Amino acid sequence: MYRWMLCFRYLRTRYIALASIVSVTLGVATLIIVNSVMAGFAAEMHERLHGLASDILIECHASGGLPDPDANLAEIRKVLGDRLDGSSVSVHVPGMLGIEFNGQLITRHVNLVGIDPETYDKVSQFGRFLLHPGNQSQVNFDLKETGFAPDREGFPESGWGYRRQRVAYDQALEQERQRVESSLRRIRGETLKPDAASEAPSMALDFSTSMFVDASGEGPKKFDPAMEQFPGIVLGISTCSARLRNDDGNVSDHYYCRPGDDVRMMFPNASDNTKVVNQKFTVVDLYESGMSEYDSTFAFVRLDQLQEFRGMIDPSTGTRSVTAIQLKLVEGADLNIARDDLRRRFPPDRYALNIQTWRDMQGPLLAAVRLETTILNILLFLIIAVAGFGILATFFMIVVEKTRDIGTLKALGASSSGVMSIFLSYGVLLGIVGSGVGMVGGLVFIRHINSIAAIIEDITGQEVFDPTVYYFSKIPTIVDPWTIAWVVAGSITIATMASVLPSLRAARMHPVRALRFE
Amino acid sequence: MNSIRPRLMSDQPVLQARGVFKSYQKDRVEVPVLRGIDLDITPGEITALVGRSGSGKSTLMHLMATLDQPDRGEIWFRGNRIDNASRKERDAFRNRDVGIIFQFYHLLPELSAIENVLAPAMIGQSTWSYFRNRKESKRQAEAMLDRVGLLHRATHKPSEMSGGEMQRAAIARALMTRPALLLADEPTGNLDTETGLEVLKLLRGLNADDGLTIVMITHDESIAAGADKTWKMKDGRVVDDRLLQVA
Repeated sequence: MYRWMLCFRYLRTRYIALASIVSVTLGVATLIIVNSVMAGFAAEMHERLHGLASDILIECHASGGLPDPDANLAEIRKVLGDRLDGSSVSVHVPGMLGIEFNGQLITRHVNLVGIDPETYDKVSQFGRFLLHPGNQSQVNFDLKETGFAPDREGFPESGWGYRRQRVAYDQALEQERQRVESSLRRIRGETLKPDAASEAPSMALDFSTSMFVDASGEGPKKFDPAMEQFPGIVLGISTCSARLRNDDGNVSDHYYCRPGDDVRMMFPNASDNTKVVNQKFTVVDLYESGMSEYDSTFAFVRLDQLQEFRGMIDPSTGTRSVTAIQLKLVEGADLNIARDDLRRRFPPDRYALNIQTWRDMQGPLLAAVRLETTILNILLFLIIAVAGFGILATFFMIVVEKTRDIGTLKALGASSSGVMSIFLSYGVLLGIVGSGVGMVGGLVFIRHINSIAAIIEDITGQEVFDPTVYYFSKIPTIVDPWTIAWVVAGSITIATMASVLPSLRAARMHPVRALRFE
Repeated sequence: MNSIRPRLMSDQPVLQARGVFKSYQKDRVEVPVLRGIDLDITPGEITALVGRSGSGKSTLMHLMATLDQPDRGEIWFRGNRIDNASRKERDAFRNRDVGIIFQFYHLLPELSAIENVLAPAMIGQSTWSYFRNRKESKRQAEAMLDRVGLLHRATHKPSEMSGGEMQRAAIARALMTRPALLLADEPTGNLDTETGLEVLKLLRGLNADDGLTIVMITHDESIAAGADKTWKMKDGRVVDDRLLQVA
């Protein structure tokens, strides 16, 4: 009883000891905050990565791809049974994107993906990342009239309306240019000299346009961009835009092309003697997932069109080959087991197939986040351990200060272990108080983390989370009770261990020497 | 080690020392403090141990209180050896059977007067047991404080009390467990003459009214004059052996 009484009295009267646990408090608070922010980050990433990738991806890297995907799908259905929720096929091929901007050609390396608009959205999240609300519900590669990104401020006018305007503008510009050029020639006194080629006898009669008349009697039409579009393409938003800070420090996006513009794609065809296909596409929408890896490297076109361009259709049977199959499993299915079952059915020594779950694909990224979290935890715990030494020193001082009282207690019949437990309990109590305050402080900080970040931004003028780099506006946090539990338990343990040595010293004091201590 | 029990007097001495030697190590040199003490404390008496500083009287008191152990010799309490008893037994002895007061009071500064008085009761029992007996203990403590005339200071801390009041609180604390004897190490050493006399009066009163056995260590012959028996100590030995003198 005397132990508890003294212990609590010491706690109440000695503020220097409370100062020594401030570092414990800070360490605990920081650990809790850091862990919850990193958990929030990781969960966001997790969710996005899983949303972007299908549950299981089967890839074939031969340039011709899988020659008979339907047969493969039938086998897959047999292996997975009712675990399979949906499937989709696609073609992945590296390509070069060319965008004409301000008279220059901007090139970008992209991964060109041919998707099946009916099924792709069912195996992974795709539609919800498109800018046009109409496309979000049903993916469609036809250019819409207008109405892109209605919630986004400052998004330039796009769609058919814009396209027609631009065509008209381009034509007017071209006419003006020709007019200026011919008046310049007139001023300089030049006339158009007929060159040798146009003087030569004409072969026009041998190659008249009547050759190109088709079955219905119509000749080839001239492509009118104001009325027609090329095959549609959805570009990752970062492939055709740049996010910059302008002079007054505000962030703005600059688009090199937008829905309604035409771009060029160059990609290899599917034969063994690879040739480059050069095809024009019309941008029909932009794709923004928030993950820079996807937004800056992907471009999507219609699967059947891509197969035609690349020559992936078997002329005799009409089967269309693909390079990838995406699978979605039912809720709760074990992905690793499913992957292993498929690997057994399509063993790597007989099939050139790469079968992975989404975690396998993004494993390294998630593992990196986990490693970072672990290292941070170790570092912050070391800080608390350092705080432990502060407690050790303070306790030594307190024990020295209490030497006479320890002598008195022993004179009154207190046992050595009893005296030791006074100081040990004091250490535990300090640990509890320090960790408790740290825990409460940390949780309050997390609650108001966005306001605090705003205040810091106001004070320092620096942005805490640079929106040009990070893709969220609110800091994500997840508070895990188990994390809090072991942080608090660990800190109390450190505080307790730090008080062991001084307590032992108190216990071992010789009563007479203690009583005589000045 | 079996040793012959000392011959007992008719009223058995409450405390006995036989052939007690004690020395201290100071930088590899042994400094002898007690060089063979034989001593009996008769119950119900005030016994004074007188000597100059350095004569070993405080050391002898510490040995009698089992705060230290002799190098040679034995200490007996009511016929039982206590100098080589187990730790637990010695702790219990100090808690229950003997009360100690010091020159510098040695009250615990964070506790109030009554809490200081209750301390031996708290130390001597488990928390649960103390909790059960707390009302009784509180009553006993208040009675003790009242006996020493300090009830009005029950909730005051030592820093709020005068020297004389602190010593009286210490006396109340020493008597809380109704010990067989009270050891007083220079109890008036830090008090002015008047207050000192008051304290001595209190002690004599306790001895007369309650039959409390008191061993008082002092350098002041005049204080020793009021004792029933006086043992003079010089250079670690008892001089003027008055074992046979009847009180």
